[in-house]
Amino acid sequence: MTGSEVLMKLLERHGVEVIFGHPGGAIMPIYDALYDSPIKHILVRHEQGGAHMADAYYRASGKVGVCFATSGPGATNLVTGLATAMMDSSAVVAITGNVVSGLIGTDAFQEADVYGITGPVTKHNYLVKSVEELPRVIAEAFHIASTGRPGPVLVDIPKDVQLAKYDGSLDAEIDLPGYKPTVVGHAGQIRKAAEAVRAAKRPVMIVGGGGQVAPREVAELVERTGIPVITTLMGIGAYPPAADESLGMPGMHGTVSANKAISHCDLILGAGLRFDDRVTGKISRFAPNATVVHIDIDPAEISKLVKAHVPVVGDLRDVLPRLTQELGPLDIGEWRATLAGWKATYPEKYALDKPLVSQEILAMLREATGGDCVVATEVGQHQMFAARMLPTTKARSFITSGGLGTMGFGLPAAIGAATARKGETVVLIAGDGSIQMNIQELATLYKENLPVVIAILNNGVLGMVRQWQELFHAQRYSEIYLADSNPDFAKLAQAYGIEGHNIHDRETAKSAIQAAVAAKKPVLLNFFVYEAEKVFPMVPAGAGVDEMILGDQEPEPVVAREPETVAR
Amino acid sequence: MSASSNGSKDQARSKQQVLSVAVRDKPGVLVRIAGLFARRGFNIESLSVAQSERPGISRTTFVVSGPDDTIEQVEKQLQKLIDVLTVVNHTTGRSVDRELMLLKVSVKNPDERVEIRQIAQDFRARILDVARSALVFEVTGDEHKMDAFIEQMRPFGIIELIRTGRIALERTASG
Repeated sequence: MTGSEVLMKLLERHGVEVIFGHPGGAIMPIYDALYDSPIKHILVRHEQGGAHMADAYYRASGKVGVCFATSGPGATNLVTGLATAMMDSSAVVAITGNVVSGLIGTDAFQEADVYGITGPVTKHNYLVKSVEELPRVIAEAFHIASTGRPGPVLVDIPKDVQLAKYDGSLDAEIDLPGYKPTVVGHAGQIRKAAEAVRAAKRPVMIVGGGGQVAPREVAELVERTGIPVITTLMGIGAYPPAADESLGMPGMHGTVSANKAISHCDLILGAGLRFDDRVTGKISRFAPNATVVHIDIDPAEISKLVKAHVPVVGDLRDVLPRLTQELGPLDIGEWRATLAGWKATYPEKYALDKPLVSQEILAMLREATGGDCVVATEVGQHQMFAARMLPTTKARSFITSGGLGTMGFGLPAAIGAATARKGETVVLIAGDGSIQMNIQELATLYKENLPVVIAILNNGVLGMVRQWQELFHAQRYSEIYLADSNPDFAKLAQAYGIEGHNIHDRETAKSAIQAAVAAKKPVLLNFFVYEAEKVFPMVPAGAGVDEMILGDQEPEPVVAREPETVAR
Repeated sequence: MSASSNGSKDQARSKQQVLSVAVRDKPGVLVRIAGLFARRGFNIESLSVAQSERPGISRTTFVVSGPDDTIEQVEKQLQKLIDVLTVVNHTTGRSVDRELMLLKVSVKNPDERVEIRQIAQDFRARILDVARSALVFEVTGDEHKMDAFIEQMRPFGIIELIRTGRIALERTASG
């Protein structure tokens, strides 16, 4: 066998069913071996799309996503995708071809230091030196990607290794003495956590992306104790959003009830989250009166940003059931009543004073799907609207770039998720800015003919940047205007062979959404919404979560605050 | 990886710490480690890498300075690297450390030569090279001894010097 054939056999053995990739010179022997392999390959139109698809495939299924790219530009195009997967703890194995070993370091055609470039954006990476290493390296790559805190692993394979003859065994021992994730929580710490929760009068649980692997365990704990639950952007679906205990999303664009709960609680039970700045706002104003119990599989997340009084390192699937066992119903009736009051006082609301508004489109989509669909998003205002109006009822179903905030993630992510969840409808919520960053993947979508409903909330501007400029930059709208040069998205979809509609009013919107959801094929709906829509409530960057701008009065521009990094 | 000292405010909040990191001899390990320090804005004041008692495993010693909580975070991040086996913080005082320095000093006349050699003797510095206009010394010890020797030699004119940076091992608990 050649190295390439060995690779394909190994991928088969690791249960890989689909690969997202794009060929090129330095990976041609692998594509030659792929020609005879039973593994399905999806030809992407840009390697970044392939990386996002593999990432979303993992998020939607729990199975490691695999992508292929050639050397040099192919591999560097993966970088944003790898960084996205790294930030959101997504298990991806990326295979890149490289120039022949003898040419590495000589500035050969399509050569780049892929090993060096991808080091900081992967959980681990490899440059394979000989074909004999392949079985061990591939075994390690899948092991590292999928265990502990998941993450992307890149394996760079020079062309001569792809072509080298190999007659040895495909079995290989993993040799990773420095890698031992702590899965089982410490019994003493779990007991301390239980004591802290029992002693609390106003506890709240915050579930992050880690909760995607443990929705049942989260539900059991909540059912037993009655503790109110906040789900972060990454935690959406880990607990049913419609439940009484559910307070929605915290942080910069969180719900009033979630942020008020954080400000007033006396205990936070944090599960599988990393207290990102978009969640905490100004740390010193974050849950100032709370004892913090922090459960996470990554010890480096404990006390990184928010000091944990009771740290528990371990997998939620181990720790939560053991914690639940030590707990009974909590005596927190008064606190729950307070929270219910806030939920009633601050419902999601929006004015229907324009021909079409983003929130109503999301409400229509929720109605048409029953909320029981897979949602993928791009990054920006529409993403925050979707998190609040269209949170999924199931885990592994809200696919969004949380940590890196990658515009261009959504369309490929929808394709990756639809590939993983055969038969389920995927709704992509996109902005007119974001979707253009990987619009070429419409070709991939057409080819695969997946049931993806693309809803572009088209406000003709880079909406989130516009919102910041309106509120914090004295309405100096710098370089955000897209409407004068946007394509006709319906015609664009049609050019790719995909059904597309431009929609300006709510009657058409409703029927178009119902038809698109029922169609079970790709449909693009381009909704023209109001340019100056804003996502409220909003916690300005650098402010505390108790300093929300509610936005119920028409914009009262706040210019005083120091501008921080602009969100997109 | 500059060794420059920062303003006094930073100095007050941060203290020098010695981290000993056992790593597998794999290409790119040092780059990953250095990258971690750089990303968190740490100064590596010195760094030494050499083989350990076990084949395939190197021991690297870093002298870094920063606030305690940042150092703790860096230790955790180091521990996360797949090719890092152990991270030991030697700042607790339960360790021994040494440094080696080579120093070339200029000699202008026989009187100076006598004086320099006398000082070197006090420091138990060994002479490695003798020329008419210069002497090369080897000194080992802790960093204070290095600093003191440099101060003593400075008036004569230091032509060049190189220090290995600290290396450290934990003491064995007695009893």
